[in-house]
Amino acid sequence: MRANSMNSTRRRLLGAGTALGGLATLGLAGCASTGGPSIGRVVVVGGGFGGTTAARYLKMWGGNVDVTLVERGASFVSCPISNLVIGGYRQMADITRGYDGLKSMGIKVVQGEVTTIDVAGRKVRLAGGSELPYDRLIVSPGIDFMWDQVGGLQSAVDAGRVVHAWKAGPQTVAFRQQLESMADGGVVAISIPKSPYRCPPGPYERACMVASYLKTAKPKSKLLVLDANPEVQSKKALFEKAFKDHYSGILEYRPNAEIKEVSGKVAKLEFEDVRADVLNVIPPQRAGDIARTAGLVNINSRWVGVNWLTMESTVAPGVHVLGDATFPAPQMPKSGHMANQHAKVAAAAIIQLLKGQPVNATPVVMNTCYSFVTARDVVHVASVHQYDATDKTFKTVPGSGGVSAAANQIEGRYALSWAQNIWDDMLEAV
Amino acid sequence: MKSTSIARIVRGAASLALAAALPALAQDVNLARNLAATCANCHGTNGQAKGDMKPLAGLSADKIVAMVADYKSGAQPATIMHQISKGYTDEQIRLVAAYFAAQPAARK
Repeated sequence: MRANSMNSTRRRLLGAGTALGGLATLGLAGCASTGGPSIGRVVVVGGGFGGTTAARYLKMWGGNVDVTLVERGASFVSCPISNLVIGGYRQMADITRGYDGLKSMGIKVVQGEVTTIDVAGRKVRLAGGSELPYDRLIVSPGIDFMWDQVGGLQSAVDAGRVVHAWKAGPQTVAFRQQLESMADGGVVAISIPKSPYRCPPGPYERACMVASYLKTAKPKSKLLVLDANPEVQSKKALFEKAFKDHYSGILEYRPNAEIKEVSGKVAKLEFEDVRADVLNVIPPQRAGDIARTAGLVNINSRWVGVNWLTMESTVAPGVHVLGDATFPAPQMPKSGHMANQHAKVAAAAIIQLLKGQPVNATPVVMNTCYSFVTARDVVHVASVHQYDATDKTFKTVPGSGGVSAAANQIEGRYALSWAQNIWDDMLEAV
Repeated sequence: MKSTSIARIVRGAASLALAAALPALAQDVNLARNLAATCANCHGTNGQAKGDMKPLAGLSADKIVAMVADYKSGAQPATIMHQISKGYTDEQIRLVAAYFAAQPAARK
């Protein structure tokens, strides 16, 4: 090779390097991407288990995707592990994480509330009037409450007489404070709504945590578990054993005890009134408000139907819905873990769609819920769901999944590690 | 030889290799990544677990395949993995194992 041809090659390479450098700089200035022009704009509504995971995996897997996450709260507060706060075994700081990790990945995090989704115009409007245009929208709104199902409940919660504590945050703190203020010998009642609701084993874990606290700190007290369902809805035998082995004499479980009305601190059931010093009513639930106002709710006036290959709404093109708000596939629980799995299906599909490429035809999702039955002993339920192309839904794999053989302390450690790892999988900078 | 035809041969060889390794699943190059992501809730993003969960990043693919086979058969007692492992096909486990094997070893 001659010297001058080498030089010209070197000049061309240098020239190309400068051009690429310029492009990368432009990319960073425009959207903090990892180089090259953006393949599209994705807005994510809701910074819980689903929304954060989707935003993070869009960046990890898509690279140069513009991602904006809109969330009302200043930080993420986890529902999983919040029952330990209610029991007094963890503090709010243990279940609270910020969004700085996502910000440092180039995800724009906007603290605000989306009030309108313009499906045809592909933009959302925020309270305050600003608009965010999108190519694909992810809505991960969690649940909101069907207040009208229980007379007097909303005003009782607003007044602080009754707590729901089914969204972690100030309600979690309020419930804990009421338990601490109650005199020994008092009565606590927990009302469980009919299924489906967020986190099937959650109310029974909560019952164990409250009973555990009473047993230690206020042993003359009682806990009434008023279940609208005919039986324990998840890990039944394991919870029933825990109630009997650890909390007999404190915890009384009543099936078919649906609350109709709240009056003062009295829970009115069909045939009796139950008076409690601390009243925790977990209200009946539906998809979060924004899903309803945006017209996404299309099943039983409560939930959002989705295409399971993409998590795209069956009524709103370009709008992908995750987590508790969705009408579930058979035996698919409403859980933070499942929302995280939905988010990865959506992130993978959206990147393909933005690139004009086919989406994964064989997605898999799985679920693990750990529940504390004492401060240390834990039970799990697990399931694996493979996509069935014929029926166009996820189906559990025969012979897979199941529950713990018995409550145990090894899974107590795993439960806490699960929380650490899933919170990182949602929020930690990559 | 023109560079376009070289690129075509390289692409062809890559897809042949992939097709040979993964007959039924060769159509989606992201499948291993997507499947492995279903493990991340417990085993950490890309298998880089913290706490008491087992890190999978950087383990040999053969070791991961063998571990899961033992969970499936019951040879290796488990709290939960005997139930979860049975939800995945052997082919899916091979993809997941190859993906984790290629990840940098776990942070602590």
